[in-house]
Amino acid sequence: MANFNGYLIISAILFSIGTIGVLTRKNSIVIFMCIELMLNAVNLTFITFSRYLGNLDGQIFVFFIMTVAAAEAAVGLALIIAFYNNKDTIDVDEVQLMKW
Amino acid sequence: MDMITMPAINMTPILPEIFLSVLAMALLLINVFSPGGSKSYLGYVSFIGIIAAAVLVGAGWNGYIESFNGAVVLDKFATFFKMIFLLSAGMAILITDQYMEREECNHGELYPIILFTTVGMMLMASGTDLMTIFLGLELMSVSLYVLAGFNRKNLKSNEAGLKYFLLGSFSTGFLLYGMALVYGATGTTRISKIAQIVAQMTMPSSNILLLAGVLLLFTGFAFKVAAAPFHMWTPDVYEGAPTPMTAFMSTGPKAAAFAASLRLFLVAFPTLQVEWSQLLWVLAVVTMTVGNITALRQDNIKRMLAYSSIAHAGYCLVGFTAGNGTGTSAILFYMLSYALMNIGAFAIIILVAKKGESNGTVMDLAGFGFKHPALALAMTVFMFSMAGVPPTAGFIGKFYLFSGAIQQGYIWLAILGVLNSAASVYYYLRVIVYMYMKDPTEEFEWTKVTAPVAIALVLSVAGTLVLGVIPSFVLEYAQLAIRLL
Repeated sequence: MANFNGYLIISAILFSIGTIGVLTRKNSIVIFMCIELMLNAVNLTFITFSRYLGNLDGQIFVFFIMTVAAAEAAVGLALIIAFYNNKDTIDVDEVQLMKW
Repeated sequence: MDMITMPAINMTPILPEIFLSVLAMALLLINVFSPGGSKSYLGYVSFIGIIAAAVLVGAGWNGYIESFNGAVVLDKFATFFKMIFLLSAGMAILITDQYMEREECNHGELYPIILFTTVGMMLMASGTDLMTIFLGLELMSVSLYVLAGFNRKNLKSNEAGLKYFLLGSFSTGFLLYGMALVYGATGTTRISKIAQIVAQMTMPSSNILLLAGVLLLFTGFAFKVAAAPFHMWTPDVYEGAPTPMTAFMSTGPKAAAFAASLRLFLVAFPTLQVEWSQLLWVLAVVTMTVGNITALRQDNIKRMLAYSSIAHAGYCLVGFTAGNGTGTSAILFYMLSYALMNIGAFAIIILVAKKGESNGTVMDLAGFGFKHPALALAMTVFMFSMAGVPPTAGFIGKFYLFSGAIQQGYIWLAILGVLNSAASVYYYLRVIVYMYMKDPTEEFEWTKVTAPVAIALVLSVAGTLVLGVIPSFVLEYAQLAIRLL
């Protein structure tokens, strides 16, 4: 039991680091990496629970999350590039044509 | 040796989804291999496809089929919502072409992406497993990021896409973490099984894992329906995205998020209703107030309608808080009428605006009522409906949402809702005042109304009025849909 708790705590910490990163970083790509960190923290949580509960649902879920994250990365990077083409920066502080 | 046997899978519940996905992929290929030039025909084909899908969905109204081992269900609840999504997508396609021609970004990919978004929404409505709901949600969201940033030469559209993407996937993280914790607490991702296990818990409200999971799910969905305080992305994304896409994403996806969260919270966590309805109470009041107060001081119509859409989500949350038959079936009705009136209003904005989305403030409507009496009349109907003036669909929807709250004893919530609704009259009437009572500041040359936009306008005006005068038949469908959930 104790080592399961350890994995859960680590994934909670990873998730928090990701969240804090999204809120404090300025570079779109770094923000995006922080989001990926959050998703991977979720993956770790799922796998821990899957192992602990002894059923496979959680591991299947992880495959879906990884696939979706890849699709999201493709779209997200394309959007970042489109923004860079027009503005020559990917700093989110410059994303201010409309007020936040 | 064990042979791997294919499980018997009944494909009927997702037949419309399969049809739309295949159509979308075919259109993508046709778009790539066809010579350049106008891509309007892809829009017509998609529109016909949407109608065919609506026929398929409608044919399944009376059925109840569970499939994929209980991960997808075809019931009246899903069917009702699927109709809303198809209506919203079809209308969006109708008003898209004229706008995209003017903005010179009529790329053919647009229509397949709209279709993929619709498939995602439909999966959200019929998903009965956290996995299916997640996949539907992501299919919808990822397509919407593209649609928001579709006009890639326009900086505002770039910004809208980027913001929507960053904040949208941020919220997906919370939603997923919530799903992971609920899975940990209950040991399953299937909604019906979660419901069983939660019902057997002696004190579900003291199970920290479950409670944290529900809270995170709550945050994720609040973000998707643009409820305050998770609404910060909405005005910017709605303002920057191409206008027809704003019309689309403020109606269909919002309804989809309500569909998934209604199913999840009403079916899986009824024993926690005391807890989540308290949260919803606060969320509803904050959302309505923030939406309406900030909408009061907007000059840009798209931005004003964005804040108004936050307020409308707040009204629906009032019905959600009540959680009874009246309140929840009113959400279904309200989402349908909101799709009609909101897309209609955006169609008018498309007609008024000029290239590069200039001419988009309330002041630019000055004198509109005399130059184009028919269009101004349509806009008046939409504004009255959003403000909740009888005999329009908006009035009936709000009436049932608030009476649902009163039935459950949420008197103060209903009072605050009505007060908010009264405050909102100011900014809707402001549009009408400018149209009829101010002189035009400059001569504006007129883009003609193309046939598809005209059809969309007629449909939405007729729908708004019909639902306002004889709402009973749709309300009966909505009540049936929610009763058998």
